[in-house]
Amino acid sequence: MKKIIIALLTLLPTVAFAAGGGAKLDHANNDILDKESLRNGAQTFMNYCFGCHELQYQRYNRTFADLGIDEKEGAATLIYTDAKPGDHIKNTMPKKEAADWFGSTPPDLTLVTRYRGGADWVYTYLRSFYADSERPFGVNNVIFKDVGMPHVFQQLQGVQELTAEAKAMLQLPTTEQRPLTVDDLVLTQPGDLSPADYDILVRDLANFLEYTGEPGKTERHRIGYWVLGFLVIFFIFSYFLKKEYWRDVH
Amino acid sequence: MLANLMAWIDARLPVTEAWNKHVGQYPAPKNFNFWYFFGSLAMLVLVNQILTGVWLTMSYEPSGDGAFASVEYIMRDVDYGWLLRYMHSTGASAFFIVVYLHMFRGLIYGSYQKPRELLWIFGMLIFLVLMAEAFMGYLLPWGNMSYWGAQVIISLFGAIPVIGDDLTTWIRGDYVISGATLNRFFALHVIALPLVLVVLVFLHILALHEVGSNNPDGTDIKKKKGTVPESEQSKFKFHKQYSDKYDIVDAIPFHPYYSVKDIVGVAGFLILFCWVMFFAPEGGGYFLEAPNFEPANGLKTPEHIVPVWYFGPFYTILRVIPDKLLGMVGMFAAIGMLFALPWFDRGTVKSFRFRSKLHFLNIAQFSICFIVLGVLGTLPASDLANLIGRIASLGYFGFFIALWFYSKEEKTKPVPERVTK
Repeated sequence: MKKIIIALLTLLPTVAFAAGGGAKLDHANNDILDKESLRNGAQTFMNYCFGCHELQYQRYNRTFADLGIDEKEGAATLIYTDAKPGDHIKNTMPKKEAADWFGSTPPDLTLVTRYRGGADWVYTYLRSFYADSERPFGVNNVIFKDVGMPHVFQQLQGVQELTAEAKAMLQLPTTEQRPLTVDDLVLTQPGDLSPADYDILVRDLANFLEYTGEPGKTERHRIGYWVLGFLVIFFIFSYFLKKEYWRDVH
Repeated sequence: MLANLMAWIDARLPVTEAWNKHVGQYPAPKNFNFWYFFGSLAMLVLVNQILTGVWLTMSYEPSGDGAFASVEYIMRDVDYGWLLRYMHSTGASAFFIVVYLHMFRGLIYGSYQKPRELLWIFGMLIFLVLMAEAFMGYLLPWGNMSYWGAQVIISLFGAIPVIGDDLTTWIRGDYVISGATLNRFFALHVIALPLVLVVLVFLHILALHEVGSNNPDGTDIKKKKGTVPESEQSKFKFHKQYSDKYDIVDAIPFHPYYSVKDIVGVAGFLILFCWVMFFAPEGGGYFLEAPNFEPANGLKTPEHIVPVWYFGPFYTILRVIPDKLLGMVGMFAAIGMLFALPWFDRGTVKSFRFRSKLHFLNIAQFSICFIVLGVLGTLPASDLANLIGRIASLGYFGFFIALWFYSKEEKTKPVPERVTK
């Protein structure tokens, strides 16, 4: 039995590893209650991502309402197709051709934070592109190896490259290599934004995508507190009710 | 007025009689402890699953093209649809938690022993149908883990010699998991299996009330008529079906004493349940698995295909046996052993309180092995995991074998005539 327990304890790190999705992620420190951040994220999404990625389960007008955007204003600034405010956020890119262009169809992003490992994953991913001349678009990604997507924020972020140490590591036989992490990157060519401003841009975008993953999340939390509060009071009353009845028994 | 109405009904259907027999004047031992909450909680969760299930069905679309999107439609566009969906998905895991604890109660207090064998069998049938119900329900969101989980489990039947391949095709209704599979699983999940489940629960309770409830001491609260002096008997009024045949000791009517007590249990349970449901409905990725937020894709396998946590113990037994067919036999045998538990135990003392140290240790090792198997079932396979899984599987089956050997001549303590508290 002791052996089993010891063996189990050695397994624990594996559990933590599995739950973390495998790669080391940076913390986005986003806040889905911060509506300004969400609005910025929505704008960034429509400007940079929407050409290829859809939010096919999310509606424009729901987004406007939840983010505190006036519907007329939203229609003017955020709807780039001939969609109506009640429509889902869908683009016009032909899916079949897109698969030829990028190697696979750009995925729908409505639920990306829910299947990838939260806003942290999106935040880390968008900060993990680095120059790699062997890839079709000239970039690779540390936490999503050989991804088909170009670095659409290159103009803003600048160019990152692997550190000399990481490059040397990749020359080793495959058995001696370790997985790359975000710490292996260094900014060699600055972009239009400072690294701090770029981080904020990506954080807001990740925040917006966490919102689209579950638009009802804030309402869920809000109701949850009331329900738990009620239940605690109910528990106390039910306990004393039981005690009162059981006086006959004892 | 109301009394007249009741009299009118009672003359045509014995409602008051049934109420008294099964609730108002049903003799329940007065020493039920914490472990006795889980039967009523299982009923609560069953009702929750049926009600939320009915409402989910109103907006769900059982087709390969529409299923995934309709779940997101429920999450976004249906008023409080997210609440219904989370109540149902959290309820599924909660169901297994309370049922496992309910079974453990029966195990430690010997509630499966004579004369409660049939009661135990009905309970095990409920467990079996519940697993089928959960398995089929898990396909319905049509996420990628739904798809691949079903793919792996159904393909197991292909290991059966001769008929295997035809059987898997028959189950799927197609050569791969497809919309046809989804549709039949939907039919079974929302109609066939719930009906069976409700009937079995009804029989489980009827069988319980026929033989009476066991208690943590495993004593008999129904003594032979005329053997207990009036002053020693329970002072409460019980239905004549019980009191005509027996002198009843240490018992109280189920209602109001256990109904008010169960409400405390319900409140405590709901605090935990709602805490998870409102603040962590994914259950750390164990109640709702991350790959299931991607639509089913026959060309893209999730990194680790793992069953939902509640299948973990049985899945591990399947996986650690190197041969596919033997693995399946092992998995079903593990459930079969539970069915046969009343006959593996040849002892007459019910509660572990008055049984041998050996029995206590056997139950302890069985519980640990069961949990270890469950944990392993959610982890990717590795040599170490397989080794531990094999040891734990031996512990699982060993419990029953050992029980059969030592229970015949077991050194037990004398069981008191009356409950100890």
